[in-house]
This record gives sequence, C-alpha cells and structure tokens, in this order.
Amino acid sequence: MFEPARIASAAAAHLEALSFEERFAAGLLVLMALLPVAALALGGGYLLLIGERAMIFAIAAVSLELLIGVAGLISFGHAAFLGIGAYAAGILASHGHGTLSLALPAAIVTSALFALLTGSIAVRTRGVYFIMITLAFGQMAFFVATSLAPYGGDDGLTWPTRTLILGTRVLKRETVFYYVALACLGAVYLLAGRLVGSRFGRVLRGITDNERRMEANGFAPYGYRLTAYVMAGATCGLAGFLLGNQVEFVSPAYMHWQRSGELILMVLLGGSGTLYGPMLGALAYQLLEEGLARLTEHWKVILGPLLVLLVLFGRGGIAGAIERWRRGELTVEGLWAAVTASLRGAGASMVRRWQRAEVAARGALALAMPRCKAGWATIAAGSRRCKAALSEARVSLALLVDRSVTGALTRWRRR
Amino acid sequence: MSTSLLVVQLFNGLQLGVLLFLVAAGLTLVFGVMDFINLAHGVQYMLGAYLAVAFYRLTGSFFAAAALALPASLLFGLAMELMVFRHLYARDHLEQVLATFGVILFLNEGVKIVWGAAPLNMGMPELLSGSVPLMDGLRYPVYRFAIIGAGLAVAGGLYLFVNHTRVGMWVRAGAANAPMISALGVDIKRLFTVVFGFGAMLAGFAGVMVAPILSVEPGMGDQVLILAFVVIVIGGIGSIRGAFLAALLVGVIDTLGRSFMTDALRLVLPPSPARAIGPALASMGIYLLMAAILALRPVGLFPTKGRA
Amino acid sequence: MSEPVLRLNAIEKSFGALKVTDNLSLDVREGETHAIIGPNGAGKTTLIDQIAGALVPDAGRIHFAGRDVTELPMPVRARLGLARTFQITHVLPRFTALENVALAVQARSGSSFRFWRSAAAEEALNRVGMEALGTLGVAAQAAMHAGALSHGEKRRLEIAIALAQAPKLLLLDEPMAGAGADETRGLVHTLKGLRRRYTIVLVEHDMQAVFALADRVSVLVEGRIIATGTPEAVRKDAAVRAAYLGDAA
Repeated sequence: MFEPARIASAAAAHLEALSFEERFAAGLLVLMALLPVAALALGGGYLLLIGERAMIFAIAAVSLELLIGVAGLISFGHAAFLGIGAYAAGILASHGHGTLSLALPAAIVTSALFALLTGSIAVRTRGVYFIMITLAFGQMAFFVATSLAPYGGDDGLTWPTRTLILGTRVLKRETVFYYVALACLGAVYLLAGRLVGSRFGRVLRGITDNERRMEANGFAPYGYRLTAYVMAGATCGLAGFLLGNQVEFVSPAYMHWQRSGELILMVLLGGSGTLYGPMLGALAYQLLEEGLARLTEHWKVILGPLLVLLVLFGRGGIAGAIERWRRGELTVEGLWAAVTASLRGAGASMVRRWQRAEVAARGALALAMPRCKAGWATIAAGSRRCKAALSEARVSLALLVDRSVTGALTRWRRR
Repeated sequence: MSTSLLVVQLFNGLQLGVLLFLVAAGLTLVFGVMDFINLAHGVQYMLGAYLAVAFYRLTGSFFAAAALALPASLLFGLAMELMVFRHLYARDHLEQVLATFGVILFLNEGVKIVWGAAPLNMGMPELLSGSVPLMDGLRYPVYRFAIIGAGLAVAGGLYLFVNHTRVGMWVRAGAANAPMISALGVDIKRLFTVVFGFGAMLAGFAGVMVAPILSVEPGMGDQVLILAFVVIVIGGIGSIRGAFLAALLVGVIDTLGRSFMTDALRLVLPPSPARAIGPALASMGIYLLMAAILALRPVGLFPTKGRA
Repeated sequence: MSEPVLRLNAIEKSFGALKVTDNLSLDVREGETHAIIGPNGAGKTTLIDQIAGALVPDAGRIHFAGRDVTELPMPVRARLGLARTFQITHVLPRFTALENVALAVQARSGSSFRFWRSAAAEEALNRVGMEALGTLGVAAQAAMHAGALSHGEKRRLEIAIALAQAPKLLLLDEPMAGAGADETRGLVHTLKGLRRRYTIVLVEHDMQAVFALADRVSVLVEGRIIATGTPEAVRKDAAVRAAYLGDAA
C-alpha cells in the first residue's frame, strides 16, 4: 500500500499536471521548508527570522496581487491591514485574551470590516482616484493608531507574549512559529490559486480586462471588486497577525504609507500577473533590504534609484524575466546588445541635442548679427554726429568766446 | 471655546489652506494635463524649504534666500523631469507610483545625508516679524498674514494666467484632452515641461514660505503630499478652481477640527472618553470629509474630464 | 399581436443645449429584424446606449420583455436578455475566444460568487460557448487569445458573445463598420441565418446589408424617427429621400 515507487510515480504525474508557475511556487515553498535545516547547520537563528519575515510579507504581497493583478485595483493603503491585524491581536493579548481562538479571528474580522467600510466607498472610484483614496484611508488608520494612547500611541504596543495555542506558549519556539507561518503561506497560495481560476476570479479578471464588455454580459463590477477588496484585506490581516507575533510588538509604523509603497514594490519586483511573482518579490526585497542595510545606513538612497531603474527597464519584474528566459528571449548576448544599444541611443540623442543647440545658437547669432551690426552702425553714426556736433559746438563756442572777448576788449579800448 | 481662539484658528486654517493650494495646484495640473501621478511632488515642497535654509545660511537675508531658492527649486524640478519623469508619462499609473516613490526615498535620504536628520531652523525676516492686533487682546503674527496674502496673490495670478493667457488656454485644453491639442499643433512636450516647471515652482514657493515657521526636516513633504491628494480628490482632478476651494475647505476643517474636536465631543460625552477619542477623530476628520464627498460624487467637485 | 419585445416611449435626451433624442418612440416586434438607419450625427449611438442602459434618458420610458427598464443599469438589462455589440469591438483581449463566450454563458448560469472550482473546467459553459463560436464561424479560433484575432474575427466573436447570452433581443451596433466586401458578404450570410431565431435591432450604414436583412426599417434623423416601414416603403418615402437616401436610391 505504501510502496514508495507508486507514491513517487503518482507524485511525479501530479507534478507534471501542474503548470510551470505552480511548480515554481511549490519549489519555493519546499525551499522555505528546508531553510530551518540550513539555519541549524549554519548556526544562525537570524536566518530563520529573515525567512519568517519573507514569508509573512509574501502573504501580504499575494493578497495585494489579488487587488493589483487580478482586480485591477492599485491600493496604496494596503499596509493598513498589516497594522490592523497586528493591533487586534496585540490589544487582545495585552488584556490577557491572546489566545488563538480569539486573536486570529479578531485580526481577520477587523481587517475585513475595515476593508468593507473603506472599500465600499473606494471601489466606487476609478484609477487615480482609487490610488489616492486608499492612500488617504491608510493614513487615517495610521493616525487613529497614533492616538491610541492606552495602547502606546506613537511608541507602539509591546505584546506580553505570542498568541497562546490551547493555552500553551508553543509558538514561542521559533521553529514551530516558522512552520506555522509557512503553513499559512502555503494555504494562502493554494486558496489564491483556486480563487483566480474560479468563476469569481474569472469575472474579476474580465472586469479588469474590459469593464464595458463585462457589464454588457451582465456582470455588475462593484460587488465583485468589493468582495475582492475585503478578501485581500482579511488575508493581509492574517499577515499582520503573524507579523505582530513574530516581533511581539506593533506600532503605527506598520500602517505607514511607505509600508504600502514597499508592498507594491514587492509585487512589482517579483512580477505582477502571477502568484509566485509577489512571493518571490517579498523574498527578494527582504534580501535586498538586508544586503543594502549592511552597506550603509543610508541604504534608501540606493534603493530609490533602483526602483526607478526597475520601472524604466525591468518590465514584469523577476517573474517577467523568468518568463522571457523560458521563451528564449533572454540571453546574455541579447542583454549586452540592449545595453550597448541604449547607450548608443543615449549618446546619439545627446549628440543630436548638442547639434540642434548649436544650429539654434548659430541661427540666433545669424539673426542677431545684422541687428547687432545695424545697432552698432547706428551707435557709430550717432557718435559721429555727436563728435561733429561737439566740434561744431566747440567752434561756435570758440567764435562766441572770441567775439565776446574781442567785443569786450574793443569796448574797453573805446572807454 | 473663546471667540479669539476661533478667529486665530480660522486664520491658521486659511494659512494651511493657502499652502495646500500651492502644493495641490501643481499636482492637479500635472495629473490633469499629463495623466501623471507624481508622488514626488511633496519632496519638491521639502526641497524648497531646504534650499531656503541653505541660502539663508549663505546670505543671512530671508529675501535673498527666497529669491535664490525659487529658481533653484525650479531648476531642480526641471532636472528631475528631464531625467526621470519624462520617461514615465507613457507608462501606466502603477509604474508611475512606484518610480516616484523611489524618487521620494532617494531625496528624503539624500537630504538626510547632506543636511543631517535633525530639524533645521531659519530666521524670520525682520520686515515681517512681529504681530498685529486683530481684535481687542488678540494679536496675530504678521508673517502668517504674509503667507496668506502671498498665497492668495499667487492664486489670483494663476487664475489670470490660466484663464486669460494663450498658454493658460492650452493648459486648460490639455487638462481636458491632451492628445487633441497635440493633434491641433501645440508642442505638447514643451507644454508638459511648462506645466511641470510651474507646479514645481509653486510647491517650492510653499516650502520657502514655511521654512521660517516650521521645522525643516526630512520627510516633511510626505504628510503635505497626502493632504494635497485629499485636496485634489475632493476638488476634482485637473481643476485649479476645485483645488482652491478644496484646499481652503480642508485647511480650515482640519485646523478647526484639531482645536475644537475634543471640546465639541465634551458637549455630548463625558470628559474622559472625549479626550480619548477627540484627537483620533480630529486627525481622521478630513479623510471622513473626503470619503463623504466621494460617496456622493466619485469624481470630486469640479472634474475637468468628461470621462467619469 | 403579441407584446413588442422592445418599446420606446417618447424618449428624450439632451447633452447641454444639444437635443440628441427628440420625442422618440419605437416598437420592435418579436422575431423581426429591425434596422435603424440615419445620417451621421442623427443620434444612433446615443439611442443604442439608452436602449442598452449605458445612458439614462431625460424623459420617456423603455419597456423590454414586458418590464420597465428605464432606470435599470446595463448589467441588469443584460441578464434580462438584452445583448449588444459595440461600434468599436469590445472583447476581452487577454482571454481566449472560448473563455470570452463561456463568460457570457456564465453570467446567466447561476451565481459567479464561487471561489474554489475551476471555471475553465465547466463543461456546460464551454459547450454552449463552442456552439456560439460555431454559429459565427470562429470555432477554429477557440483557443486563441481574443487580442490576437483579426478585426473581422473579433467582430464575429463579439456577436458570438452576444448569442451566448441567449438573448431576447440582439442589439448590433454597426457590425459591418470597417468590414471589407468579402467580410460584409460573410456577415450578412451569417446574420441571415440568425434572423428567425432572434429578435434583432441592427444599426447600420451599409444599405445593401440593411435591405438584405431587415424586416422593417426606422429612419433616424436629428433625434427623431421620420419613417418606419418595410425597406421598400422606406426607400420610396419622400422625406427619407430628402433627408438621407438621396434620389439615386
């Protein structure tokens, strides 16, 4: 019954049935599952912590991808749910009710409620308006948290302990927590995957592709979008619950809009349009942050331009690059050719601009020259006339002086 | 709740509104004409303040500093447009958001590297320091009046420019339908640069003006940016008139809310919960206002484009 | 005579000072192919938008399938059985042709708030979808992305999507627009096959197609219907000739 050969071949057949994306994601999850072993070997509990953070943010990034990639909603306030989830669980813990049966549902339900309230208004808006209204709602949550004086306000709230499961502090053991986070990530990925392929997911994708067409088919976008928004918010609340547990601390900074920006970054860095992309992006961002922070304390000054370059040149993020590589469109020669071509192009455009500036300057000079000459001629003529007038005046003055002196002399002699 | 406090806060609200308008005007024009989400507009404001402080340290005079800081911040804005933003006009909003977010990170950190993270201060000009009596027993700083006056003057100038000059006409047409005016022969690239430069200068001007009265620190532009977003969402994207009205509304309501929310709540609640909820509700105030307006009119009060 | 499938009663619509639809009344009988013709700027697209629900008339009532739908939004009318195509073809470019029609079938086959089962595996939806594709002659393109199809194929796909909604009324907005001679012939042939099975409202400029397909023709000029009748009668109508067809017709 448990013949390993049969199991192996069944597993292989099942694996073959999965798409590349699913296999990649499964591979990622397996890698993460093996990480604690590596950490044990390398003697670093720190590696475990980075892994946990990466997985928690992967959950958040996947939930955001549901909005950005599937529903076509760019939310710039998604970090609010991280904070709400963490605060819900943290507040319960601080009152001595930090048990799994209370804290986890509280985190998810409060996030869902906040998503429902803010989403019901935000989802009515389109495009740019939606981005800004979610940004504003995120800030609103941030400010409410800073004014929660009994729960630390600006300084944040320290949890007495991690969430108790059945009264035990089993989550305190780091490996246990790690695998709980991994299980959550796996579950979220699975559910999200089914969601995208389901009737609901198909409608959402259709509305993003051509809203008019879907309305003409009989689908009213509002209800579907709002549902997606609530689901994404609740899932991110789960991530918040885990985040708060990991550091046993929550502060308003969890909800800051820069955090929301970082979440968007993770999705785009990994590549929107797949579910494994955002997971990869979350992992990559954690590594990037760790690496850059070791270089300099001002690592953001490097990250900023990196983002700009990513947008300008890195279409589709890491997942996009992987896709291109799979299709054979990405080779070292191709990259080198692209780089040299763009440099040449930049150089050529600079040369062109310089030439154009030169031509323009010369043209302006050519136009100005005759005018300058004419002006100079006028001035010269004027100065000649001045001189002539002056010499005339001198002559007249001399004559006048002469006459008056002579006249005076004559009058004096006649006396 | 005394009348004199109310009057003072009304004027403070007006001052905030005028500053918000200066920042929001550039933002809404850039959105309206180029369909470009510029999150980095807030750092333009911050740069104006930092440049003012830097030039003040050089020259010792507020007016000289202002006179130098304005063209400097314009140049900076144009440089950023040339290097980064110009390549983003054709991209979708998500990419614009991410790229300008990167610019914010870069400049916020850059400013920290150059001037340090500690807040900076700048002296107020002699001419405009001191205060004037408003009513009996109530004095209000001259400088704040100057800000309100300067802001209103700029608003008036902007109105004249947009409504009574040819370039202004192109800007208004561009906000309604940019490809159309390009088809009609207007040099759209230059128009975009003009619009962007104008916006940058307005934001920088706001920064220069607040430098003497606020602490100049990294990240000071971020909260102003979000308020500016709220303003243009309420006012309607692309509309300067909308931005003006919404800015004053937001400025006054936010300031009055923060001053009087707790007192207002105390009329209906016992003091302790009022004190607990008051500040939270006050800081939420304008967001609730925005939510309410968007619930009724999802495109804001004076949208310029026909598309909904 | 049975209740008309579509009845427009004194519809009015203005944009600012411009009156685009002026006291317009129209009946569409079940099973007929009713063409609406008229010069550019007569207000045809605005009329279609009001029938479909994209615009709400300022005055007047619209009755469809026995119900007053004047205030109902487009998705609701679609679910009641009103299917339309657009002047500029609207399909879902990132979905395959089959998925495009399957989604239309999905809209009328129970709730779409299902989150687990794969929709692409729903055989019933796919079967009906393939039938619709077959009727329009684009079954071979079923697995292609709609965005990659040629203009003519997209047009046919859009009509197939409309058919997949099992419509009580088929609203076709200039289906021949931009089609070459061959394509037009093919489309007319296909539409002829649909005539008795569906009630069709056809907005068109192509007069040959109109006269080949229509049971009745209404002429729309400056927001009003100046004539309704068989194609022959309309062709001979003096007012129509003066306003639109010209005497050469």
